[in-house]
Amino acid sequence: MTAKATTEATWEQDVLKAEGPVLVDFWAEWCGPCRMVSPVLDEIQSENPEKITILKLNVDENPNLAMQYQITSIPAMKVFQGGEVKTTIIGAKPKFALEKDLAAFIG
Amino acid sequence: MRQVIIIGSGPAGFSAAIYAARANLQPLMVASSVEVGGELTKTTDVENFPGFPEGIQGPDLMVKMQEQAERFGTEVLYDDVVDLDVSGPVKKVTLGSGAVHEASTIIYATGSAYRKLGIEGEERLSGHGVSWCATCDGFFFREKTIAVVGGGDSAMEEATFLTRFASKVYVIHRKDSLRASKIMQERAFANEKIEFIWNSEVEEILGEFETTGVRLRSTVDGSTRELDLQGVFVAIGNDPRTHLVHGKLELTPAGTIWVDGRSSLTSVPGIFAAGDVIDPTYRQAATAAGSGVVAALDVEHFLASLEDASVEEPAAEAAEIILG
Repeated sequence: MTAKATTEATWEQDVLKAEGPVLVDFWAEWCGPCRMVSPVLDEIQSENPEKITILKLNVDENPNLAMQYQITSIPAMKVFQGGEVKTTIIGAKPKFALEKDLAAFIG
Repeated sequence: MRQVIIIGSGPAGFSAAIYAARANLQPLMVASSVEVGGELTKTTDVENFPGFPEGIQGPDLMVKMQEQAERFGTEVLYDDVVDLDVSGPVKKVTLGSGAVHEASTIIYATGSAYRKLGIEGEERLSGHGVSWCATCDGFFFREKTIAVVGGGDSAMEEATFLTRFASKVYVIHRKDSLRASKIMQERAFANEKIEFIWNSEVEEILGEFETTGVRLRSTVDGSTRELDLQGVFVAIGNDPRTHLVHGKLELTPAGTIWVDGRSSLTSVPGIFAAGDVIDPTYRQAATAAGSGVVAALDVEHFLASLEDASVEEPAAEAAEIILG
């Protein structure tokens, strides 16, 4: 299972009301580092299907959420739990570094 | 065991790969997991790389370089080097995945990383108004006031690019003249949205949870003042990425990897270096590409001399003779 997409329409259901931790990857087509970190997130999702849900949010198509969460740098990855942001990771990172950042959720 | 492993996937790495592959050395390239293509993937129009009279987008140029390298048999791995053993005749490269690859030679072409200002507020507000990538983050500063810090080509390029989004772009520079090329300067000077603030250093980036301004210090009389803005793009240059070879390869006072004269030979036999990581001066895509070619040719020569030695001498002594 690779990471799925979320949108403003499904945000509440997908993210805020989700049971377990949800990592949202704020990304855009024109952002090179976003395109590179995307397959890494897919891998982390497929290796940890029970522990975390990874969703991708296109900031071009969902500008209100990007504004609401004050995104000024992408890729930005936020881990939500119980509707709250628990962790924020800014910038593309190698898999081992992301796994370290997410150790509290997937460790 | 491989004949050559290339670390890095910028113009130096791919040019080395094209030459090494065409010389039948079947190079393995460790391209990194999330920075494949290097610095150029964060730029837009590249107008000074020969062969593209209309200009080419940086990311497109890197895709073409990769295609060319792969066409001749380069194997590209999307992984990161976490450790290097360069001591013996067999070089060992450990990757993020845990895999270890061995080779007779290594071409080290890791380029350089953005330099930080090293001031209060920079780290804390990184991702909250402080950015190193205009092409990634400019979009979020629509109709905002922002600043670019720096006076080189990349600062001019970023400032000009950012005027597509921002209503106002300050360029903050420590001196009263720019080091950027004439054409980039003229383009910035002609842009109505860009205002230059000369002889000024950013002393602190202000804001609790998001960037609200900067404190500037005059490099002339030391006076300070605050400037309200919502974003700061840092473009004050790059530092060579040498952390994997500290204590293993000789460095220069400038922090680049030492190479012998115009060659790519480092202080350790079998290890070659190319591109921005050896270049404190020019640091262009085309000079890096040329430097990668030099490294591939040096590797070819080195491997040939290893073979000659193993024909003439008993195998066990061969390595010693070359390395000694």
